[in-house]
Amino acid sequence: MLDVVKSVPVDYYLWLSCALFCIGVFGVLIRRNALVVLMCVELMLNAVNLLLAAFSTYLSDAQGQILVFFIMVVAAAEAAVGLGILVMIFRNTHTTDIYLLDKLRN
Amino acid sequence: MTLAVFLTLAVASLVFALLMVLTKNPVHSVVFLLLTFFAIAGQYVLLNAQFLAVVHIIVYAGAVMVLFLFVLMLLNLNTEAEPRQTARWKLAAALASGMLFLTLIGVLRGGTQLPIPENTDPHVGLVRNLGKVLFTDFVVPFEVAGILFLAAMVGAVLLAKREVR
Repeated sequence: MLDVVKSVPVDYYLWLSCALFCIGVFGVLIRRNALVVLMCVELMLNAVNLLLAAFSTYLSDAQGQILVFFIMVVAAAEAAVGLGILVMIFRNTHTTDIYLLDKLRN
Repeated sequence: MTLAVFLTLAVASLVFALLMVLTKNPVHSVVFLLLTFFAIAGQYVLLNAQFLAVVHIIVYAGAVMVLFLFVLMLLNLNTEAEPRQTARWKLAAALASGMLFLTLIGVLRGGTQLPIPENTDPHVGLVRNLGKVLFTDFVVPFEVAGILFLAAMVGAVLLAKREVR
């Protein structure tokens, strides 16, 4: 039996993950640099990963950790493509300010 | 003891995440996000998810954050040139995310409590067990993930490539 299961209630992980996720949402809302917005999205993904891993350990079910593995795969792919798009946008417009990147609006 | 380690890591990750959001310089943001990731890796170790802890360090600290830092340096954004949001917008953002947090907490507290398990299997997060599950029950998603990586690689190269005329 793991020590952490005995001494840390799973609710604590729930609250920690919620707080990290909301900090990520906050960052997406207040930052204007597209690169930092992408980083905040990574933080939100990590909050979910942490909760999945916690429940996986508490329920002795490996599937949660496998899901975390796949989320990491998708997050890495997303970061690569997102940064590629960002480099291309910067080359064309010389800015990463998301307020100026509204060319698709009309 | 375990609770103290958990609380230390939790406070560290929250503080670093907040600093990441609030600091003005994007390079400092990257460094603080890196520290947050290390704290989360500590949580994985605490949960005995050793495979995840190692993969987390390799993928996030080793690959993704280096990529972010590289692009930051490439675009020469390492100045405090980012235009700031207005104070009213910041207040609205803080209110919105705070209310999301309160809603999540309220909803999750109302649910049924997970009983403390009688006995847990400490080997669930080890490489041997996870590899067995990954290559028996999850072979097809694993291969699809490989195809996804290939597509992402081709897409990223195509996007970032300078057009030849």
